[in-house]
Amino acid sequence: MSTTDRLRYVYAVTRPFDGVLPEGARGIGGEPPRLLRHGDLVAVTGAVAPEDFDEAPLRARLEDLDWLADTARAHDAVIAALSTVTCPLPLRLATVCRDDSGVRRLVEDGHDRFVRALERLDGRVEWGVKVYAEPAAEEEAEPAAAGSGSSGRDYLRRRLHARRSREGDWERADALCRRLHGELSRHAEAGTVHRPQDARLSGVPGVNVLNAAYLVDRERSEEFVELVEAASEPGVRVELTGPWAPYSFAGIADEEAHEAHEAHEAHEAHEAHATTAAPAAQEAGR
Amino acid sequence: MTAPVRAASPEPLAERRIALVDLLDRLLAGGVVLTGDLTLRIADVDLVRVDLKALISSVSEDVPSPWGPAGEVRP
Repeated sequence: MSTTDRLRYVYAVTRPFDGVLPEGARGIGGEPPRLLRHGDLVAVTGAVAPEDFDEAPLRARLEDLDWLADTARAHDAVIAALSTVTCPLPLRLATVCRDDSGVRRLVEDGHDRFVRALERLDGRVEWGVKVYAEPAAEEEAEPAAAGSGSSGRDYLRRRLHARRSREGDWERADALCRRLHGELSRHAEAGTVHRPQDARLSGVPGVNVLNAAYLVDRERSEEFVELVEAASEPGVRVELTGPWAPYSFAGIADEEAHEAHEAHEAHEAHEAHATTAAPAAQEAGR
Repeated sequence: MTAPVRAASPEPLAERRIALVDLLDRLLAGGVVLTGDLTLRIADVDLVRVDLKALISSVSEDVPSPWGPAGEVRP
């Protein structure tokens, strides 16, 4: 297929940069990303097949978890490569134009928004923080006591004890989420929560009760990471991922949202940093 | 913990092995959403396969954010 038939996948928008992308950086379909300069911005694109990325096939492909996984990993590989040389503004997965002129129009139309977002995100990284309540720790307590007695009363006592212990674990997880979320928010420039992850997809033990992301200055990241690393408690596991390119914060580039955030910060300062409730923790009892 | 932490260095970003679920949270709910010359807006995609919809947290229910509308990133 000739290059002209192919569509243009747009990974990110950046400022022009001097460095070179790491050798072997490949995007979707194994294609090396291409830089398309338009004015004072650069669109990072790749040619993709219309059989996959034209509207109708794309709708179908997105239903295929394996295809989605490959595409997401390829997208992230390009963003990660870009992150070694500049601070990219990642676009939503599957942003696809017909041709280069379509890409230029996108850059042109979104110019001011891109510039504002790039400025806001420059020098920042995203950290992911997930809190898990760990039922495994609760269940271990039961077999440990199992050999000690065999009467019905002992059994019931153990059951009651186990239930109280589980309730205590949920409460601890909930309290930790709220406390940690408040503390991390004060050390971050912005924060957001994703929906808790389903264990069927994540395949990790425990119940995900908080799935948050924080935008942190690179220079302050060490301090932030130390806070997260010190946060785990018995029965409550805290996991850190990152540093990520600021995916979760790229979309809130609109001035309106930015101003609202600043207004909220002012409000929060007024409230003397009242601990923010983590809504995800409320699902802990599911 | 997924990565050795050297925040000032770019290496962990490029080398770490990423959980798919963390990636999908970011790629399906994060990133700049554009309109215009696109073949398709992913925000308009209604994932019909029920298991996929259930598994991918980002495209399911909205999550109330403790920051109000400003802190939210939605599809």
